[in-house]
Amino acid sequence: MFLSLEVSGLAILIAVILGIPFGVFLGLHRFPGRNLIVTLVNTGMGFPPVVVGLFVFLLLARSGPLGSFNLLYTPWAMIIAQIIIALPLVVGVTMAGIQSIEEKLKYQILALGASGFQYLLKLLKEGQLIILSALAAGFGSIISEVGAVMMVGGNIKGQTRVLTTAIVLETRQGEYSLAIALGLILLLIALLLNLLFTYLQQRRLS
Amino acid sequence: MNPLMQLKNIEVVLEKRKILEIETLDINCGEILTILGPTGSGKSTILKLLAFLIKPQQGEIFWQGQQVHFPAPLSVRRLISMTFQEPLPFQGTVFENVAYGLRIRGVKGKELKRKVEEALELLGIEHLKNHSARRISGGEAQRMALARALVFHPLLLLLDEPLASLDPLTKDKLKPELYRILKQIGMTCVYVTHDQEEAYFFSDRIAVLDQGKILQVGNKERVFFKPSNAKVAKFVGTENLIPAVVCSQENNLVSLKAGDKTLEAIAPFPPGKKVIACIRPEEITLKKDGVALERVSARNQLPGTITSLDSFGPVTKATLDCGFTLKVLITRRSVFDLNLKPGDFVVATFKATAVHVFSEDEGGANDQL
Repeated sequence: MFLSLEVSGLAILIAVILGIPFGVFLGLHRFPGRNLIVTLVNTGMGFPPVVVGLFVFLLLARSGPLGSFNLLYTPWAMIIAQIIIALPLVVGVTMAGIQSIEEKLKYQILALGASGFQYLLKLLKEGQLIILSALAAGFGSIISEVGAVMMVGGNIKGQTRVLTTAIVLETRQGEYSLAIALGLILLLIALLLNLLFTYLQQRRLS
Repeated sequence: MNPLMQLKNIEVVLEKRKILEIETLDINCGEILTILGPTGSGKSTILKLLAFLIKPQQGEIFWQGQQVHFPAPLSVRRLISMTFQEPLPFQGTVFENVAYGLRIRGVKGKELKRKVEEALELLGIEHLKNHSARRISGGEAQRMALARALVFHPLLLLLDEPLASLDPLTKDKLKPELYRILKQIGMTCVYVTHDQEEAYFFSDRIAVLDQGKILQVGNKERVFFKPSNAKVAKFVGTENLIPAVVCSQENNLVSLKAGDKTLEAIAPFPPGKKVIACIRPEEITLKKDGVALERVSARNQLPGTITSLDSFGPVTKATLDCGFTLKVLITRRSVFDLNLKPGDFVVATFKATAVHVFSEDEGGANDQL
């Protein structure tokens, strides 16, 4: 259970660190090729995780381009796969969040004397409701994901077995009660996290 | 003394369309300069330019005599503040909104609290400080936006139609208060509006803008009562623009032929000159024909027929046919007292000094008075 949280937590953290600045950039600037990137991001948001798994598998497999790092069947492989799944979601929603801020509000922030950096911080703060929901959605999608982590992690006991892959295994072995218990834990985690995000969102609203 | 800010030979082009073309515009220390013009004339663009939010394609901007290059240094930008037509509240409380300009300038703790409270008090909204800024009324939100713009004591305040989105009652209350505040703190202010009354009320000087060009800039009395051309005259509410020809001149008193009527006015034009005579509708009084005319100092007495009476509550606008159309503003009381009805025969009287005359081919003259 903790491995699930660690892997998905680290993956969402990295996805946020990479995705939010990129999303802000896409949300604010117009440049040639932007439409292509936005299309790719939007496609990525609906990408089947199992295909991402296959892609990461091929990349990390011993004969693959990154094979020499020996990352396949380690938690890192799962983290990489989850980052790739969550990243377009974080980028896309951040971009939408920034774009949804009224043009005049952007001018207003600058007209009160904000520096470039203070301006970006304020935009994130104003768009935070949408960005928080991006985080919730991103985290929810990767912690409950099974196909990709199974492929690249290998479901090795004590190393890469996470809640979802354990549920699959126990169900196949006929250990239904254990599978149900694990399923309940996963649900509980999802529920608690969503409660937290909802609390954060609503606190901002009131 | 140098003007606080100067625009020179400015051109702003957006999507291949010339939005703004300004030869020169000065903003003097301590004055309220109003930019008056219809929607789409480029008023807001001037403000964005003055706030260094957009870059002109051509031209120079001077701040306290020094040319400012783009991107404008933060130290200059932070001396200027701007509000928009909508209050544009940020998330959070009214206090936090007003505090923003101070926080980004590194003001903290007690000083921050004191300054924010001062600004809230100035605008009369100290009781709202813990309210969510997005849950207060339109008038309150506009006060908050003004407090937020004034809290860090800018040298130049840019106001983009600050009263336009308010209902008439709220507007009537905030209008004199805002004027008092601006004058009390001696703020240099550029005030953008499409409302001529607001322009007259707030301004020391007025710049009339149309299609990105300044048609006239000067002292408000001059712009309102001595407009330099027909367009300006229309913007400032001079509804009577009568084409005429000068037929005689004696000293400065001229007789003008307009249709089959003769007008007398004060103007320096020689006989034969084609001119336009403008008369503000409130400068004209009506007398019912048949009522004995006392000896009045008004040199102009034009008979005519009332074609329509449009009541605007306290005042009524009468349209007269005197051979040309003449609009007259009269009080509700006079309509009753004179028992005026459409079709009535009346005499419109006004002084020679009430007639402002400019030559028909007058371009956009700039008088920096």
